[in-house]
Amino acid sequence: MSEGNKIVRMANQIATFFHSQPASEGPNGVATHINKFWEPRMRRQLFDLVDNHGGEGLDSLVLEAVPLIRRPPPAEVPPAQAAAPAAP
Amino acid sequence: MPLVPEIDYGTPASRSEKMVTLTIDGNEITVPEGTSIMRASMEAGIQVPKLCATDMVDAFGSCRLCLVEIEGRNGTPASCTTPVAPGLVVHTQTGRLKDIRKGVMELYISDHPLDCLTCAANGDCELQDMAGAVGLRDVRYGYEGDNHVKARSNGEANARWMPKDESNPYFTYDPSKCIVCSRCVRACEEVQGTFALTIEGRGFDSRVSPGMHEHFLESECVSCGACVQACPTATLTEKSVIEIGQPEHSVVTTCAYCGVGCSFKAEMRGEELVRMVPWKDGQANRGHSCVKGRFAYGYSSHRERILNPMIREKISDPWREVTWEEAYAHVASEFRRIQYQYGRDSIGGITSSRCTNEETFLVQKLIRAGFGNNNVDTCARVCHSPTGYGLGQAFGTSAGTQNFDSVEFTDVVIVIGANPTDAHPVFGSRLKKRLRQGAKLIVIDPRRTELVSSPHIKASYHLPLKPGTNVAVVTALAHVIVTEGLFDEAFIRERCDWSEFEDWASFVAEPRHSPEETEAFTGVPAEALRGAARLFATGGNGSIYYGLGVTEHSQGSTTVMAIANLAMATGNIGRPGVGVNPLRGQNNVQGSCDMGSFPHELPGYRHISDDATRDIFEKLWGVKLNNEPGLRIPNMLDAAVEGTFKGIYIQGEDILQSDPDTKHVSAGLAAMECVVVQDLFLNETANYAHVFLPGSTFLEKDGTFTNAERRINRVRRVMTPKNGYADWEVTQNLAKAMGLDWNYTHPSEIMDEIAATTPSFAMVSYDYLDKVGSVQWPCNEKNPLGSPIMHINGFVRGKGKFIRTEYVATDEKTGARFPLLLTTGRILSQYNVGAQTRRTDNVIWHEEDRLEIHPHDAENRGIREGDWVRLSSRAGETTLRALITDRVAPGVVYTTFHHPTTQANVITTDFSDWATNCPEYKVTAVQISPSNGPSDWQVEYDELARRSRRIKGKLEAAE
Ligand code: SF4
Ligand code: SF4
Ligand code: SF4
Ligand code: FES
Repeated sequence: MSEGNKIVRMANQIATFFHSQPASEGPNGVATHINKFWEPRMRRQLFDLVDNHGGEGLDSLVLEAVPLIRRPPPAEVPPAQAAAPAAP
Repeated sequence: MPLVPEIDYGTPASRSEKMVTLTIDGNEITVPEGTSIMRASMEAGIQVPKLCATDMVDAFGSCRLCLVEIEGRNGTPASCTTPVAPGLVVHTQTGRLKDIRKGVMELYISDHPLDCLTCAANGDCELQDMAGAVGLRDVRYGYEGDNHVKARSNGEANARWMPKDESNPYFTYDPSKCIVCSRCVRACEEVQGTFALTIEGRGFDSRVSPGMHEHFLESECVSCGACVQACPTATLTEKSVIEIGQPEHSVVTTCAYCGVGCSFKAEMRGEELVRMVPWKDGQANRGHSCVKGRFAYGYSSHRERILNPMIREKISDPWREVTWEEAYAHVASEFRRIQYQYGRDSIGGITSSRCTNEETFLVQKLIRAGFGNNNVDTCARVCHSPTGYGLGQAFGTSAGTQNFDSVEFTDVVIVIGANPTDAHPVFGSRLKKRLRQGAKLIVIDPRRTELVSSPHIKASYHLPLKPGTNVAVVTALAHVIVTEGLFDEAFIRERCDWSEFEDWASFVAEPRHSPEETEAFTGVPAEALRGAARLFATGGNGSIYYGLGVTEHSQGSTTVMAIANLAMATGNIGRPGVGVNPLRGQNNVQGSCDMGSFPHELPGYRHISDDATRDIFEKLWGVKLNNEPGLRIPNMLDAAVEGTFKGIYIQGEDILQSDPDTKHVSAGLAAMECVVVQDLFLNETANYAHVFLPGSTFLEKDGTFTNAERRINRVRRVMTPKNGYADWEVTQNLAKAMGLDWNYTHPSEIMDEIAATTPSFAMVSYDYLDKVGSVQWPCNEKNPLGSPIMHINGFVRGKGKFIRTEYVATDEKTGARFPLLLTTGRILSQYNVGAQTRRTDNVIWHEEDRLEIHPHDAENRGIREGDWVRLSSRAGETTLRALITDRVAPGVVYTTFHHPTTQANVITTDFSDWATNCPEYKVTAVQISPSNGPSDWQVEYDELARRSRRIKGKLEAAE
């Protein structure tokens, strides 16, 4: 299974739980959960899916939650690359 | 340093609140009603001679040594079986008593060998002591007549004599020294609950016998050692005492195996450990133990233990021994290089649930303050993280709600997804004791565990559910309780949010949650489920104990919430005898979670995004902390495979063996550039390591462990670390090499830092623990003596929260290719991945992991008992030998994962709990077929393991 799919599966699993909760809690519940437990790299992958791939495969509740999910800062440029931007 | 004194009061304490005053030898003494005269005397400081009484078991009154005279009563009653009464005037020493006692002792000694000088119990023998106490000076009877002492009498074989039984690896039974006091028999029944021993024969011919005249090893005996401890003579004796001699000093410490956290006296001679004896004042174990803590410590001096640091460039190279300095410098420069090249977040670490709180605290501190990220996780991820999440949501804290003593007050127990007699043996014994006193039991487990039916115990209900359907079953229990009006309205109105309850109640009341509906996919008969629900709701104090069979599912967190709902709905929270009790696996799983081992939480379960909490640590540590959650173990491995995670420091965990989907774990590890493993042995993870730092055992360091009931127990150093340093020192030196200015000189200073930063530990210090023995957190100004029971006057979060728990079938489904469900578990004699217990004589009870399969499934596949079978899932395949049993239901197979060659986790998949990523160990769709030997993976892996354990200049390690 590719890593992108894993993110989809994890997000959808969370959504599945909140589908059974009172409707008012849904998007907020999903977003809070992801904000609390997902490392920026994982959230970045999620946003990449939403921004660049139309959120393919994501549960509707995840999509509803997206505006509430904290956008992580862009990935840190490792010092090595920052020092020598031309290096391969 | 002397031996830690322990007083034997002769009979157990009475719980009565009514007090009685009497006079013993002119001393007035007041004791609870129901106390024996023997115990009352001892409390007054007068030791009445005794042989058959000891305070771990009920009095029996057979030796007639403890007689006393009571004014106004005839005869000479036995003080161990005679209860106190108001105004009694008792004399423990009179001319008549003296004569009787001498006579009794004379008879005992006439059938007892007189080899005291060479006897292993010399100096620790109650028969000797009593002979001294009663003034026995000569014995008029010889050995010529009937005796048990001599192999031959008058030149003929003596039929009464029996040879020693040395079959148990840890203790011997020498019938010639037995005085038939039956203390061992009672200990086995009352304390351990195994009923392995009987007194066979009658009168003079009687003697102790395991089972039906078997050897100990072949009998039902589980080698807990309770009988050995109870025996007043050398009849039952630890082999280590026979070998070494009597100890000269002892130190109280804590078992490093399971989450029960038993207290032991480490009895020493110099730096040599003579034996471990469970400590009666230990508040988790109350003087009992299991085979692991009592006997299985030999791994600490096993020849495979690695004592020098080692490095290698590539994992295909042999190891090279280096100095500590070289090792630290290498790790520091590698980690810094990796961060320079791949970014600050490209490294992380894993704390150990086997190490102390202090060590765990340091590792997470190193990662947060030194690595500058929050990529720290712990093996609790793979066991009880759903407990933290689920209970946190429902009650406001991840804490289990009770102490172990609470079980003594329970009336109905639900045990779900746990096998305490194997995985938490001492708690299992305490539970069994309560069940024998009449408490009722409901077992929810795919497998017929020992508790379902064992001597003098029978579960009222066993609900053998299909693996993966916990949520459906627990919700169905709630359905019955709600629809039949059995909930505790007063409790709910007072303690919980009523409108949330109403919402939840209407949810569970939906007909689709009824047992009749769920039966189709849970496999649990509706009638039994209804009966169980009614019993739990109406049977008095109801408690729920659960284990990994609950948490290690894709719906682990949801099941924990469902359990919390059930406890709240029936009003079973906030007093002794009730509650929600997670049975945590490893010795310090609780502590490692408390100490901030999770990537999103600082010590004390405070979220990393909380500015005020970060501020406390930032000020103290003088660094800026990252406010984003870090990677969890499975995420680290994913990131490694993706190429953004390159280095890891693993203290005392063997993730390759203990984590699911071995191939994914090994791919992740193989993708890293610097894997640092700190452990006692070259474990499986070390096959992928570049640096190995030798670890130390719990005998070699000071610290604390926190057990499953939140009890903070001291671990005390009794010997110098064989590897030179305690684990906390190694972490500190590594931190220094990375430029951190750490200067702890003793673990107590680390605990002081924990107390200063973490409100639930505010009052904890080594001095305080020395004074009070142990405490259960929260331990602060509000609860100076700790908190044995949580949520007494209200929930930590305010109102208890009812949460809807919808059953969602796991994606791991059986089908034509993989028609069976595999579930996994543990057995008594082995511990977790077995790295320690496999290096002790415990292997005698469990040489290999076996696959349990129902006779029906076996027959369909042409598999016979003991055959090699291939076990395959979509993740991989392995082989092991079959054990045909109807303990498992048709369609379900079961195995343990204690041996690396089995590689059961090659089979398990990367599915995990929705909330916490706790892996779904307990359900894997598999197929089984006959096989004639190890799988390709096993062969390849063995070869890899062999190659990667080579050490330059040394013979290959054996394993
Ligand atoms: S070791 Fe434990 S189980 Fe075995 S006979 Fe003694 S008390 Fe019973
Ligand atoms: S083995 Fe020990 S405890 Fe058991 S009856 Fe004999 S002397 Fe007593
Ligand atoms: S393994 Fe567990 S039950 Fe056994 S002695 Fe150790 S702490 Fe106690
Ligand atoms: S100690 Fe009381 S009869 Fe043996």
